[in-house]
Amino acid sequence: MTKRYLVRRAGQAIVVLVLIACINFLVLNLAPGDLVDVLAGESGVGDLAYLQALREQYGLDQPLYVQLVKYLLNLVQLNLGYSFRFNLPVRDLILMRLPATLLLMFTSLGIAFLGGVAFGVAAARAPRSIRDSVISTLAMLAYSTPLFWAGLMLIILFSVKIELLPSGGMQTINGPNDPYSVVVDIARHLVLPSLTLALFYMATYTRLMRASMLDTYSMDFVRTAKAKGLTPLGIAYRHVVPNSILPLISLFGVQLGSVLGGAVVVEVVFGWPGLGTLAFDALFQRDINLLMGILFLSSVLVIVVNFAIDLLYGWLDPRIEVEA
Amino acid sequence: MEISCRDRLKLLGGVAALTGLHATGVRPALDVIGSAFAQDTKKNALRVAIVPEPPSLNAAFNSAIMVQQISTKMMDGLLAYDKTFEPMPSLATEWKVADDGLSISFKLRPDVKWHDGAAFTSADVKYTFEEVLRKHHPRGRATFANVTAVEAPDPLTAIIRFSTPSPYVMAALSASESPILPKHLYEGSDPPANKLGNAPIGTGPYKFVEWRRGSYITLARNTDYWIKGKPEVESLVVRFIPDSGARAVAFETGELDVGGTDPVALADLERIKSLPHLAVTTDGYAMCGAMYYFEFNMRDPQFSDLRVRQAVAHAINRDFVAKNVWFGYGSAATGPISQKLVKFYNPDVPKYPFDTKKAESLLDAAGYPRKAGGVRFRITHDPSTYSEQYRRFAEYFKQAMRVIGIDVDIQNTDAATFQRRIWTDNVYQTASYGIFNTPDPTIGVQRMYWSKNIRKGIPYSNGSGYSSPEMDALLEAGQNEIGAVKRRDIFNKMQILAMTDLSIIPIINVDYTTVYNTRVKGFTEDLEGVFGTYANISLA
Repeated sequence: MTKRYLVRRAGQAIVVLVLIACINFLVLNLAPGDLVDVLAGESGVGDLAYLQALREQYGLDQPLYVQLVKYLLNLVQLNLGYSFRFNLPVRDLILMRLPATLLLMFTSLGIAFLGGVAFGVAAARAPRSIRDSVISTLAMLAYSTPLFWAGLMLIILFSVKIELLPSGGMQTINGPNDPYSVVVDIARHLVLPSLTLALFYMATYTRLMRASMLDTYSMDFVRTAKAKGLTPLGIAYRHVVPNSILPLISLFGVQLGSVLGGAVVVEVVFGWPGLGTLAFDALFQRDINLLMGILFLSSVLVIVVNFAIDLLYGWLDPRIEVEA
Repeated sequence: MEISCRDRLKLLGGVAALTGLHATGVRPALDVIGSAFAQDTKKNALRVAIVPEPPSLNAAFNSAIMVQQISTKMMDGLLAYDKTFEPMPSLATEWKVADDGLSISFKLRPDVKWHDGAAFTSADVKYTFEEVLRKHHPRGRATFANVTAVEAPDPLTAIIRFSTPSPYVMAALSASESPILPKHLYEGSDPPANKLGNAPIGTGPYKFVEWRRGSYITLARNTDYWIKGKPEVESLVVRFIPDSGARAVAFETGELDVGGTDPVALADLERIKSLPHLAVTTDGYAMCGAMYYFEFNMRDPQFSDLRVRQAVAHAINRDFVAKNVWFGYGSAATGPISQKLVKFYNPDVPKYPFDTKKAESLLDAAGYPRKAGGVRFRITHDPSTYSEQYRRFAEYFKQAMRVIGIDVDIQNTDAATFQRRIWTDNVYQTASYGIFNTPDPTIGVQRMYWSKNIRKGIPYSNGSGYSSPEMDALLEAGQNEIGAVKRRDIFNKMQILAMTDLSIIPIINVDYTTVYNTRVKGFTEDLEGVFGTYANISLA
């Protein structure tokens, strides 16, 4: 890993980030109406002078390119701006919701990954058997079920009928404060949302793992292993899985970036206080500063994760060279 | 040390498995099944749903309904109102309107403390009306425009002085409309930017404790409240649940006690009503006078002929809309003032019964015969975005107009675009939206019909461009008339004129619904329902 390579990647990352910020800004400002319109409509403000004063205060009356340059300059100093709707700095708002999102993200992708590998291996070890058909069908069902429906059905089953788990939110309010209770409480609230989100991603991992393994099974070294007399289970987990897992790792990296904002549906259904609902609301409230902040964070995450996955590739598979 | 490929993967796998096991929550959840686990502390905590999450908590600066629902628990107004809209004492114990209508004097309640322990005095009233409500409240700027000064001759007397008689002010003194702010905490600051907006200090029955954004707000009982022994509830928890299905579930499982302004989809209410521990009520919204209006852009030559507007009115079956779009939680409107505003509602106005044949003959007479394809002309319709019912109405409207030969193009947008199109750019042809009459038509109805309120950029102003000298004269007379009988007479005439000129076709008197758990007592006695202070609530 040469320094030149790292510098090159860093340079690319910065250019991409600036481009993304500019494009986001321009696209978000294309729609008619702005933050003051939303505030005025909701709060019933009836005075043009007041609205004009608000626009001046928020800097919305200046020409677009001036606003863009100001935003980029702030970004360089890691100042994400101020959300006038919430009356809080954007950075604080994001940091408030980030832990909840990260928790949901890693839990659901973790379940999806492990489950996907397990089911994929099970399916690929006996291709075109009943086991394979059942797993493939279930995967297709999980993939095509709408997330909000799956979420609501799980709530009805586990909260209303069985009364085992809470129906939404992240924590019990006014509950006991000791660390153990808090952890258990959050875990109880986390089960249903992460399961709902995981179902969808697990389906993709299952199918991908299965296809990748079937591909690897046809290779010569597997035939050699069988000839040597290794057990089928041994062949599967010691030879085939390690060689088939690379596509999943790259998919994992891609999905890590998309789940940050893409978990909106699950967050809305379960009232999970994450960044997805924040971004969704910010869009309709025309809170451009907040939305740009979240999008910026998302792009940073995607870039960092992509880089990490590239490095991981090189580490896992010696045949792959990271540098050109 | 050389680590082989295989071992690297094992390492990775082991780490992943370990985090996975801990992160799935399976192990802790299993632990919990066996043991007794404390549920949401139900004892003496009232769990409320407010939709959507308010942007701030002080109704003095933002009159959106979700802000009003939380602000009134912490901040009181000078007056409250009973079921016939007559004023009741709150922070003011006595009041007198002068005979010339140019002042109102209030005797204030003694021994009232702010949540931080300071004493409530007339200085707070003076500061609130002069520096806050008159300058920064969205409606207050118009409502209190005639206030010249507020005198505070002694700590328990406040006198509001007017430049001209303003009888509607007496209806605008509730906690939801005009909360009183603490002068000692606001003085010298810029009131709207003051951080207290997110953590209010008031005189109300509940004190602010915490606001976890995106999750909940907690309030605690004010032990020094000016009604001894109230409130009986120890804490109030406001939960934010964005999905209406999830809210319905939360009511069913007993995780929510009260929710207002249609917390559950109307289609779901029959099922909710049938559950023994839940109840649905339409009480508590009389002060709002919620209406659903259909509006023409009067600048558009297509609608300059009155017969065209009358034809559209005859072709909308308002009873059908009330029954099928609002599921019966509303009634057909006959005029611009809500039937609930019993002091002003006039039933004797020109009527437009559902009659498609009459509509078609009116259109023919106006010079719009059916052309190719059976279509007379094409128009667009912009429904408001704040409720699913509005979108359903737009779909019904399209079908209803098809019957009489008008082709409608529905413009589905979001809130900001809707406001731009209707009130800033005026680029719409027809629009429909929900709006509150408030208890006095000068505050809530005049704004749609007054030619001086045609102001670009202000939502819920006179967006249609309707301008009639006769209407202006009536509205302005009603503004300043202090005799109650004469004033009612003026507004009777106003309603007749509004339904003759038909710039707006009122569609529905909307009945908002509140869903509550039957263990909540004392809720239905308050005129203001979810907008009330909840001082008298107790839990069975």
